[in-house]
This record gives sequence, C-alpha cells and structure tokens, in this order.
Amino acid sequence: MNLAIKDVQHNLGRFSLTAVGIGMMLMIVMGMAGIYRGLIEDATLIINRIDGDLWVVQRDTRGPFAEISRVPETLVYRVQAVPGISSAREFVFHTIQRQHAGKPLRMSVLGLSWPTDKGEWLPLVAGRPLARNHFEIIVDKTLGFQLHETIKLGKESYTVVGIATGMVSSGGDGMGIVTVSDSQAIQFDTVGEALRLERSARERRSAAVDIFQNQPQLVEQLAHPASELPAVSSPAISAVIARVAPGANMAQAQEVIASWGDVSVFTKSGQEDLLLQGMVDKARRQLGMFRALLTIIAAVIMALILYTLTLDKLHSIALLKLLGAPNRTILGMLLQQAVALGAMGYGIAWLLGRELFPYFPRRVVITNEDLLQLFLIVFAISVLSSLLGIWRAMRVKPTEALMG
Amino acid sequence: MTESLAIETRELSKVYGSGRTEVVALRQATLQVPKGKVVALLGPSGSGKSTLLTIVGLVIEPTSGQVLINGQLVVDGASAKTDLRSYRRRHIGFVFQKANLIPFLSAIENVQVAMELNGVRSGKARSRAIELLKYFGVVERSHDMPARLSGGEQQRVAVARALANDPQVLLADEPTAALDSQRAKQVMELFAKIAHEQGAGGIVVTHDHRFLDVFDTIYEMEDGVLHERSPAAGSFVGSLATEDTKVPEGAQ
Repeated sequence: MNLAIKDVQHNLGRFSLTAVGIGMMLMIVMGMAGIYRGLIEDATLIINRIDGDLWVVQRDTRGPFAEISRVPETLVYRVQAVPGISSAREFVFHTIQRQHAGKPLRMSVLGLSWPTDKGEWLPLVAGRPLARNHFEIIVDKTLGFQLHETIKLGKESYTVVGIATGMVSSGGDGMGIVTVSDSQAIQFDTVGEALRLERSARERRSAAVDIFQNQPQLVEQLAHPASELPAVSSPAISAVIARVAPGANMAQAQEVIASWGDVSVFTKSGQEDLLLQGMVDKARRQLGMFRALLTIIAAVIMALILYTLTLDKLHSIALLKLLGAPNRTILGMLLQQAVALGAMGYGIAWLLGRELFPYFPRRVVITNEDLLQLFLIVFAISVLSSLLGIWRAMRVKPTEALMG
Repeated sequence: MTESLAIETRELSKVYGSGRTEVVALRQATLQVPKGKVVALLGPSGSGKSTLLTIVGLVIEPTSGQVLINGQLVVDGASAKTDLRSYRRRHIGFVFQKANLIPFLSAIENVQVAMELNGVRSGKARSRAIELLKYFGVVERSHDMPARLSGGEQQRVAVARALANDPQVLLADEPTAALDSQRAKQVMELFAKIAHEQGAGGIVVTHDHRFLDVFDTIYEMEDGVLHERSPAAGSFVGSLATEDTKVPEGAQ
C-alpha cells in the first residue's frame, strides 16, 4: 500500500489546487526562460537566416543592428571585387513607427538587394517572395496584416504579397521586407511641404552666393530632389553582406576589407556576439535574475505548502510511528508527495504554457534543453522544499498519537 | 519463571521534569504477566496507568527499571536493548480509548497497514484484514473512511488492527469506552481468549468494573505506586470457547 497515494487521494481537491498553483508559478519560470531564449533567437535570427559570411559596416560602428551604420551604395561593388568574395549585396535595416488604421504600427524594415535577393529564404506561411522592385512587401505574421492588404508608408502604398513567420527584430518588432530602394524611400520619405520649404531655403541661401548669381543653371538645379543633386551623395545603405567563395580564405578577404579606412568588417559570429554581448545582454541578465528569483520563490512556497501538508498529518505520522513504521516509510511518503506535487506542477506548467505562450507579445521559445533543465530544477526544489516537513515529521514522537 | 512471563517490569520509575517542576509518574513499579494471561490495571486519572502502559509498549523510556518481554530484556533504564520501534511493530498490539485510526486510510487499509509495515504481503494482509473485520462485524464498512464510521465501529477496527500481527503483548487503554456493553464484553473476552490461545500477555487499563472477572490479575495504581489487588475469582478463559467469540484461524 502506498501511503503517499492514499493521502493524496484523501485530499485530492486540496492537492490538485496546490498543484495548479505551483504549476502556474512554474509556468512563469518556464516563460521567463522562454522569453530569454526568444530574445536570443530573435536577436540572431536575421543574421542566421540571411546567411552572409561577412558584414561590412560603417567604420568604428557596431552596426547595422547594435547601432546605426551608413555606408555608400557603391561599397557593394568594392566588396565584390575583393579576392575570395563570391557575391555581395546591399542591406538596409531600420525601425519605423507609423499610424495604420488608427493604431500605432511599429515595424522593422528590412531592405533586400533586388534582384539578387527576392526573399526566397524567408519562412513564408502564405503568399510568395517579392516579384517586383517596388510596392510589394512581405510582413511577419505578428504584424497582423492579411495577404493582399495595402499598407501606406510615406507617400507610397505597399501590397502584402507574403506572410512570414519568426521574422522579428531583437526588439521584438515584426519585420516588413521590401527591396532596398523601397526601404530607402520609406526611411527618407519627406512630405511635399517640407520639400517646398527646403527648396525655397536653398534659393534664399543661393541669393547670397556670387556663383549662383552668375550661373542661373545652378539655381535651377537646386529645385531638383535632394537625391538628384550632384553634390549630395545618394541615400546610404546600412551594410553590405558578402558571401565568401567555397574554398576561399575568409580571413584573408576580411583582412583586405578591414584595411579600408571607411568601413569595419565582422564575420557572422562576430555580428552575433555584438548583439548578444551588447543590446541583448542587459535584458538577458535581467530575465536571468527574475528567473532565479522566481525559482527561489517557487521553492519557498513549495516548502511552506509541503510543511503545512505535513503539519496536517502529524497525528497520522505519530500513529504510524506508534504502530512501528520505520522512518524511511514516513520519509518516503513525504518525499513521494513532494516529488508528485513538483511533477504535477511541472506538467500543468507545460500544458498551460503551451496554450498561453503563443499569445505573449514577445516570442517565447521553449527548447527541450530548457524543459529538461527546469524538470531537474523542479525535482531538486521538490526534494529540498520537503526537507522542512521531513524535519518536522522526524521530530514527532509516537506518544503524540495518544494525546487529544 | 522469567521464560513463562510474557511481560515483566522490574522497579520501573518515571520522572518528568526536574527540580521544582519534577513529577514522579511511576515509582518502582514491578509487574508480571504470565503468558496466556491478561491483567487489568485500575486507578484514578493521573495515577500513572498510561505511563506504565506506554513504557511497557516501548513508546517511552523509563527513568530507571527494566522491561522484559518473553524473558528478553528490551529496556534497561533509559537505554534500549533492541530497536524498540521494530520490536513494537512485530510484538506489540495497541488499543486506545480513542480509536486512533489513520484518517486517510479506509477501515480495511487501517488494519492492512499494520501488517504491511511488518512485511506481510499486500494480498495476504488484505484477506487477513477482511477476516478480522468480519469477526468484529464491520466488514460491510471495510471501504469506508474512519470519518464515516461510528465511534463503536472505529474502535472495532482499531481492535482488529491491534490483533492483526498476532502480537505477543496486547496493551489496551480503556478499549471499551466507545463500545456498547455487549460489544465491550466481547472485546474483553477476546483479549483473554487470544492471550490464552496464543500465549500472549495483556494489560488492559479500564474503569469498567463490569468485566473484571475476565482478568486473571487486577492491579491498582495510585500516585505512581502499583500494587496487586487480589486474584480475580477463577479464570474466565476456560469458559470462552463459544461460537460468537471464535477467533479467526489466521489469528491463532
């Protein structure tokens, strides 16, 4: 006869409610681990999915994700010419916050190098990759758009042609994927009134300069959009992504690019390190501390619950001792109940988490490794938290069964 | 002489507290219960009866004196000569004034657990428990939890539990307090019968003077001092072999 099971059966309602309570608490511990894991996955997702060997960014910056990076579009041709590089493409990445359908829309815009990159590598759940250079957009499903829906960004409207999954930035914002030129148009969009004001300001400034007085054609030039002015460089891109040819020496190619005075170069793992050690690190540590605290709180609460359950059984324990039950029988009963409570709580946490985590605003990634780790932690805190109850049970004297 | 005694105590004393709070619960109590005999222990509340019972039941240690069971010295002063809990499990059966059943076990499981703790296999323990419950007329309540049993039914289950392991020593503290007179008489007779047939020794603390003729010897206690009152008139045991008190086979 298993005394632990008999006791649980007798107090099934209370035991089940306790298990649900512990389960919900463990679900939060599990969720914290999942959010932490999601944070890391989100941060490194784009780097892994794009699969570039080298990232060429503005000199002395940690761009394009950890900080802003601006490089000229012509950089792509320079990189392509480096021995060992098989291909190079432009990369634009920035975050915008606009209004859409009366609600704030926060989106990370990713520019793909058309026509070499149409987004075939994106994990699409609906629709197709980009098929045109302009006015098509692929969105992450967390943004909530439907296929063929139109999104107005700046002066232009973009049609949703694909829905991707898991495409979020390290900040947790869903991505909108367009071509590089469209992403620049979105980023540098200026309203007509601002253009008119800027144009008249240029004319006003030119009036004070002699050369403009002598060369009326120059004044005419000033009326053109900024991107067409010969003195102003074309809008910059965030980075250039390069692929190293199979068998080529990547370190050598990296060394060549690093020797240029205007850019810095990072490998794929270097980019990952920049993200994890930089922008994700604080959040990672914060979540880690929350997780540790919650685990301790869960252990303390479990200890108190198990202690209370033991207190309720003291008379029975004294009686069992009076009947000659060895300590191991009583210890076994309490330990089994503690582990059963932990196991039930763990199961409830897993089931609840599976249902609830998809509704969390940030991605919650639960890996098998994390599940196993939590299981071991729960087992350990179950055993540890039962110690208080066991200590009390061991102090009970058989004579207590004869009292009251 | 010692070999023929089921229970023997030699100058048992028990002192609680010390100094000004010192209470002497038992003074040089010497008692002998031959195998096959049951003795009654009378006395007012606080006279030390329960203390003597719990010392003989190996639940608490005496301050001084010895306890011998079946001629074996098991307690000498405050030092145990054997693993008392294990010895208690194997050789001693308890019945208390209150039934003291384990609340999360059914009636049958309360009887069964005493045997399983003693290493009896579950199936065997269960069939023996059914026999005992049948004997005490509570078999139809086997699967009820103690809270659903009446006081009398609980006490009968407790008696069945005490007898489950065929104990060599039977100790009862007012076991009939919650029973009607017919059932109380049956229980007292059963104690005497089991003691007689199994060669066990029994001590029954009682206030119920109606059944004193069941006992072989009557002891009285007052202020921790034990003395033998007088031998009961004749042995009741010889007249017990009636159908209604026939002990289940397994109990013999």
